[in-house]
Amino acid sequence: MLTLDNIHTYYGKSHILHGVSIEVRAGEVVGLLGRNGVGKSTTLKTVMGLVRPSDGSITFEGREIGGMAAHHVAHLGIAWVPEDRRIFRLLSVMENLRTGLDRPGVTEARRTELLDKVYASFPVLAERRNQAGGTLSGGEQQMLAIARAMMLEPKIILLDEPTEGLMPRMVSQIREIIDLLHRDGVAILLVEQNVPLTLEASDRVYIMEKGVVRHHAPAADLRANHAVIHQFLGV
Amino acid sequence: MGLPLEQIIIQTINGLVNGMILALVASGLTLIFGIMDVVNFAHGELVMLGAFVGATTLGVTGNFWLALMAATLAIAAFGAILQVSTLRPLLGRDPLTTILATFGISLVLQKYALWQWGPSARKLQEPITGQFSLFYLQYPWYRIATALISAAIIGALYLFLRYGKYGIWIRAAMQDRVMAQAMGIPVPSLHIGVFAIGAGMAAASGVLFGPLAGVTQNIGADFTLRAFIVVVVGGMGNLGGSILASIFISLLEAYASLIVSPSQAVIVSFVALILTLLFRPTGLFVPTPK
Repeated sequence: MLTLDNIHTYYGKSHILHGVSIEVRAGEVVGLLGRNGVGKSTTLKTVMGLVRPSDGSITFEGREIGGMAAHHVAHLGIAWVPEDRRIFRLLSVMENLRTGLDRPGVTEARRTELLDKVYASFPVLAERRNQAGGTLSGGEQQMLAIARAMMLEPKIILLDEPTEGLMPRMVSQIREIIDLLHRDGVAILLVEQNVPLTLEASDRVYIMEKGVVRHHAPAADLRANHAVIHQFLGV
Repeated sequence: MGLPLEQIIIQTINGLVNGMILALVASGLTLIFGIMDVVNFAHGELVMLGAFVGATTLGVTGNFWLALMAATLAIAAFGAILQVSTLRPLLGRDPLTTILATFGISLVLQKYALWQWGPSARKLQEPITGQFSLFYLQYPWYRIATALISAAIIGALYLFLRYGKYGIWIRAAMQDRVMAQAMGIPVPSLHIGVFAIGAGMAAASGVLFGPLAGVTQNIGADFTLRAFIVVVVGGMGNLGGSILASIFISLLEAYASLIVSPSQAVIVSFVALILTLLFRPTGLFVPTPK
């Protein structure tokens, strides 16, 4: 469904991605592991159209999307949940959700359905629907960021470190949401530092080092064989 | 020396009337800054062009309200063209680039107006000629009407931004352009729309201002300067702050002109600007940043 082929990306003069190739199939949860600064977030931003690749191709459902403007990428069914959440702080929870809901072709019935679904998954968002996004706690903001992405009814969610800085209770809640999305057939490209969670939640895992993919294996194999994880991530 | 109460009340009304017209200009300027990070130094020229288009339409049709509508729509369309042709290619560049570009546009528009409409001042005939007694003077109803019309336009803008689908898009893009675009919001089109709204509001204030003073190709610079002061004092990109600051600055000037001559009273707004920049550079009417 989503294929990155030999992607090169620069920030100014610094070469961040040195030929990244990744594939995510429909409905699959794919983990992307690696130490800080190896280009995991840049990979997601490049897919989203926020950073222009200098070389290589990105195809989504057979269509070339490399360098396409972000709003067109979003319309194709790719949603992004950034590392720092990027909640619209002055917008209410409901208005944050409306940024994804107020698009052409969403019927009133479908709106209600989508809202009911996220409110069922994240009851706290229903309670706080009229509260400004900036007043939510870190965990609640993370939930809002995921819920906001779900409003787009995406085929794939690019999920960047969703558990970073969260309490263990919140982490398990995020884990449940990933499973829920997985059951609904939404594909996920999951960037994480939390190795156990990634290995449990993913079908396949890519390991990045210095801007390239160094290893790629089914998550089950890595769960059984910790030597690989230790070799690349030192944990 | 005590000031008579009547004079203070009169100046309060004057300050509010001027403040509302200024707020109409400044809210467009602050919206454009908020969403595009562009300080539009040609904003006052949009006021001036609006006044001239209004004067021309009024001359042809004899209907002030039609002239107000026509000027607003024409300058909004012109603003959209201006955004696409000159600002869009510069977006994201060094701020100096857009400052120079919009300053250049302002000079071109001034000279165009001089060429098109000539150097002599035009005065629009006010649609409401009645007056009412305010202590020792006859106060024109039209001035009160301009304040109310400006307030109505700003109120409509507020409701649009608060509840409208595109209003939410605009507020989202003002807070985080990148995230808004990643949510599928067509931010480039939104920029055109916001520029058109700001230009249209500037034009409306130009037409409303027309009957109060003569319209020449030079009135824009004064509006730009005053709106700029207000936007800085109110907090860049903060709509509510700009409106409060418009009224605040206009009242300050009105009260100052009780003591000094009106041309010297302008100095107080510069003093307010300097004090704001020194002691509260994020703006007077914004919550203290945490």
